[in-house]
Amino acid sequence: MGTQTSDDLRVHDTPGAVPTLSVEGLSIEFSRRRVWTPVVHDVSLKVMPGEIVGVIGESGSGKTLSALAALRLLPRQARVASGRVRLGDIDILAQSEGQMRALRGNRMALIPQDAMQALNPTMRVGLQVAEPLSLHGGKALKSVAGAATQLLEAVGIARPAEQARSFPHQFSGGMQQRAMIAMGLALAPSLLIADEPTTALDVTVQAQVLDLLRDIRTSRGTSILFITHDLGVVAELCDWVYVMRHGRIVEQGSVARIFRDPKEDYTQMLLAATPSIHGPRRKAGLA
Amino acid sequence: MTDDVIRINSVTKVFGGSGLIQRSAGTRAVDDVTLSVRRGQTLGIVGESGSGKSTLLRMALRLIEPTSGSVLVDGQDIWKLKGADLKAFRRKVQPIFQNPASSFNPRQSIGQILSAPLEVHGIGDRDSRRARVVALLERVGLPKDAIDRHPHQLSGGQKQRIAIARAVILQPEVVLADEPTSALDVSVQAQVLDLFDDIRRDLGLTAIFVSHNLAVIRQVSDQIAVMRHGKLVEYGAADQVFGDPRHDYTKTLIAAVPDHRKLMQAL
Repeated sequence: MGTQTSDDLRVHDTPGAVPTLSVEGLSIEFSRRRVWTPVVHDVSLKVMPGEIVGVIGESGSGKTLSALAALRLLPRQARVASGRVRLGDIDILAQSEGQMRALRGNRMALIPQDAMQALNPTMRVGLQVAEPLSLHGGKALKSVAGAATQLLEAVGIARPAEQARSFPHQFSGGMQQRAMIAMGLALAPSLLIADEPTTALDVTVQAQVLDLLRDIRTSRGTSILFITHDLGVVAELCDWVYVMRHGRIVEQGSVARIFRDPKEDYTQMLLAATPSIHGPRRKAGLA
Repeated sequence: MTDDVIRINSVTKVFGGSGLIQRSAGTRAVDDVTLSVRRGQTLGIVGESGSGKSTLLRMALRLIEPTSGSVLVDGQDIWKLKGADLKAFRRKVQPIFQNPASSFNPRQSIGQILSAPLEVHGIGDRDSRRARVVALLERVGLPKDAIDRHPHQLSGGQKQRIAIARAVILQPEVVLADEPTSALDVSVQAQVLDLFDDIRRDLGLTAIFVSHNLAVIRQVSDQIAVMRHGKLVEYGAADQVFGDPRHDYTKTLIAAVPDHRKLMQAL
């Protein structure tokens, strides 16, 4: 990756620190007409404690598959062909399905793109948000319902006690995404994996959700793996970024370095192609 | 008289709100909006969901009838057009929609899709129509053999090139586009925006471009209208609206955009 300059230092990668998440040489295959075709090739990435790491790529780049593999939530047609995934000192690929169920929510949580689809439409929001406490703590759902109010309050929902009794459809898109984040935080996991969590939101609401994620990192030290197609979001939120294309990581670096001095043609093209509110876009002259 | 191709005069659209006895107000999706677009210029309409930007565009396309107010194209009230005048309007004003997959008949070939407007308006014979389609395919950067393909065989970006081709094949005066690049990857979006811009200049088109994306609006527009809750909150030249926004909501909107150039300039 060339020589490291002072602004390309990985500040969270202190000597002796153990990565919250470490993916090494991950390859994923997809079954198409009963033939296994490689779609993610030799991906290595890590998320250090308290770090917000972006994975940016266009559709089909493998960014979401790589994240789902870390949660062992690959769709049925996909499988890990090789590689290692470690969550702290846990070998994720060696866990049983039962062990994985204990880890998800507890040690890492997923914040999906479409909160409305992820929420149960027939269950009150408060109960859903507190459900991880019941599932993992072995307590009755009613006994943990009070915690929902605190969680909803923590993600900035006004009148949380009242809103806990609402159903998902009564929430706006931004509130639904806040509720998903609250659910993710219920068991205080060390890692949040956020897959385009603000893509479906209006820009002013997106800004609020990004603020919330920043606050969570600062106040709780939670590590965040942030999957996105939006360079602007990476610039505003992330410490370190991996650029993916066609199932491979083509470049990685500190956000400051990637934006100041992108090395790879593809990264330069992405930067040139992304429209900006600050003056006209240069004609990309793209092939 | 200025050379306004499109004039939108205090247009209001109320959805629902019926009942003579139990009067309910309904939803004012567009509330007393007045705008105009001069010949050869592009007006960008930007707003968040529910701002009424798409409803306004659909009224200008004569797809939704205003509750009150009028839309004039070349001085004619488009809701009063009939017969040959209406057909001329349908030729003069062309739409481009967001979702290319649902704006084409999946059973038709690209050749059929692109020659349909020519057939409807009785232009040329079979051979000359085909020649025109082939020339236009080349103009929008697609291979000649695309003419025999079907929409599902094309990528999203290619489909949006076809949508642009269909919109300009009748050599219209006006193109009205609703989020035409929102479903595309950023590299493809850049190509489609470049194509839109080139063709717009070549043909001297007057355009309205609706988007939720401020950066995209910034790239394509001469004038910008910012909408919120059905109302026009700010309206002016692109450089003024972005460089010196007058309204608090516009400032909020601009501040909320995560933008990589902010960081690049700071470095």
